[in-house]
Amino acid sequence: MAERMALTGNEAVAYAMMQINPDVVAAYPITPQTALMQKFADFVADGEVDTQFVLVESEHSAMSAVVGAAAAGARAMTATAANGLALMWEILYIAASTRLPIVMPVVNRALSAPINILCDHSDTMGARDSGWIQLFSENAQEAYDNTIQAVRIAEHRDVLTPVMVTLDGFIISHGLEVVEVLDKEAVQDFVGEYEPAYTLLDPEHPITFGPIDFSDYYMEHKRSQVDGIEAARRVIPEVGREFGKRFGRSYGMIEEHGTDGAEALLVALGSTAGSAKAVVDDMRERGLPVGLVKIRAFRPFPYEELREALGKAKAVAVMDRSISFGAQAGPLALEVRSALYGLSLPVRDYIYGLGGRNITLEEIEDILQEALEMAKTKEAEPLVKYVSVRE
Amino acid sequence: MSEELKGYRELPIGGLIVEPGNAVTYRTGTWRTFRPVWHEDKCIHCLFCWVYCPDAAVQVKDGKMTGFDYEHCKGCGICAHECPRDAITMEKE
Amino acid sequence: MSKKGMVEVRWHSRAGQGGVTAAKVLAETSMALGKFVQAIPEYGAEREGAPVKAYTRISDSPIVVHTQVTDPDYVVVLDETLLDIEDVTEGLAPEGKVIVNTSKSPEEVRKRLGLEPGQVATVDATSISIECIGRPIPNTPMIGALARVTGLLSVEELAEDFRKKFSGKLSDRVIEGNVRAIQKAAEEVRTE
Repeated sequence: MAERMALTGNEAVAYAMMQINPDVVAAYPITPQTALMQKFADFVADGEVDTQFVLVESEHSAMSAVVGAAAAGARAMTATAANGLALMWEILYIAASTRLPIVMPVVNRALSAPINILCDHSDTMGARDSGWIQLFSENAQEAYDNTIQAVRIAEHRDVLTPVMVTLDGFIISHGLEVVEVLDKEAVQDFVGEYEPAYTLLDPEHPITFGPIDFSDYYMEHKRSQVDGIEAARRVIPEVGREFGKRFGRSYGMIEEHGTDGAEALLVALGSTAGSAKAVVDDMRERGLPVGLVKIRAFRPFPYEELREALGKAKAVAVMDRSISFGAQAGPLALEVRSALYGLSLPVRDYIYGLGGRNITLEEIEDILQEALEMAKTKEAEPLVKYVSVRE
Repeated sequence: MSEELKGYRELPIGGLIVEPGNAVTYRTGTWRTFRPVWHEDKCIHCLFCWVYCPDAAVQVKDGKMTGFDYEHCKGCGICAHECPRDAITMEKE
Repeated sequence: MSKKGMVEVRWHSRAGQGGVTAAKVLAETSMALGKFVQAIPEYGAEREGAPVKAYTRISDSPIVVHTQVTDPDYVVVLDETLLDIEDVTEGLAPEGKVIVNTSKSPEEVRKRLGLEPGQVATVDATSISIECIGRPIPNTPMIGALARVTGLLSVEELAEDFRKKFSGKLSDRVIEGNVRAIQKAAEEVRTE
């Protein structure tokens, strides 16, 4: 029987990891992820898992350890945030291009400088081209559900690509919420026994991981890697539907909220999507034609789903919790505009919430009101606005 | 290499090499400008050449030196340098 | 925006006084009573003694918002010295209430905060915690006072859930000390 528990996002993810019972977990602390591994360490100490728990000396080592473990055929996990993710940089690419199905929760936090421990998405946005699948979570429940599904997605034979499950630092990671925690047996049954496609520890079939590749084959290997993450477009909703059938909560690439007949649509990621739902409901009650499209999978990016969902509206407002310095808009807005290529739809980006700056319901309503105005004027200038920045 | 290059769909994923010992198919013998020549009469079968050869190109049978694998010998000359009896000389290809 | 059956509580404390824990305990107990809840700490670079805020949301339906609480229905102040440095009434709902840990009368604190009669309750939670728990940790008695003043949950439910939650984690002596502190604060909390 599933049990309703009051858990922080970090605790919820640690529960998911305990129930997955990975073969190897590498741990290195970084705020706001520390409490996640701390909780998982409790499960290790209490004998709730069979996991080989490896305490390493840096995030570079944490990712290297799980790469080694995954190459050896283990179901391997680690978790990190912000600067820790940045230190993993080199090995993130190696994990993805070696096609190792590692699952890693990332607790979104701003990157330095100035030093800031609070939420924004600049850490995972920076890693968006590393070849990892990226699933964003609206709340602690989704962080829990996504972590469990990520195992199936990563290990799918057509995908074999590592997955980052993100949750907003402090807002979700340290916020206590009601989470429905599944039976361990049910989770074990859902993720199944891991059968690695290739393993170093098979003396009958010796293989080489990580050889050198020159110009004669490097492009072929990269092209082949694209097939893996592209297959995730099919596998992510498949796994999400099966999860829904078994446990009552279905997931896809995106989630639409109040999009029917909406003239102005908001696109958002993570916890802000939840707040935006409340604003949309409130404005809908007042007869205002607004809606929300929440992005769950940022990589692979849901171009077709978005084009379908947003194409019906007259204006789009995007909320970006990070900056792509020197680009025309934030990372999410760039992708949204790319998805809408060829359609004449005004799109404006709203950069907000950097370094943990609170976003209020009133500010979200203001954005939607401006989007309604854009729907009338067809004018998106200025293409980027910064929410609540003092001048 | 005269072998036809494979397309991306034919490759194992992740750059893995799934056929063990496939280095043998790579003919490094074409890289030589000088080749080692074995003078059997001077050889004492100490096998220093076999120990030092970085490409496993010294052929040994029943504990005795029998010649070179010219398909893979790159002509580096380490064997000739290490031979204590000048039983190996490097000669222009 | 209307809150539709949702109650929001803001906790003011100094780091180390248990404000974040109080926000969580209130949420957990409310969840045990069938409510949907959130408890949100507001973190900065705090060290012990620095002013910190935490929030609790309690609702009959699932909570989707993840913003900080800006217009609380109830404010709990765990340390009266915070009244000098924090605007504890900021955004307080028109009928909202403030519960302060102090030996002063509700009237005195209410006048100082510029609120209407009935909006302020006071209780000497520090003395109660020293007496019942043996340490100046005012968070559990303040939950008892909040329960009594707001009727969000009963003191009995609070005590029951506290025992259940900490059984095996804290010694019986500490648990019963806390339960006594909750009950005593509920009895002693003063309103105008």
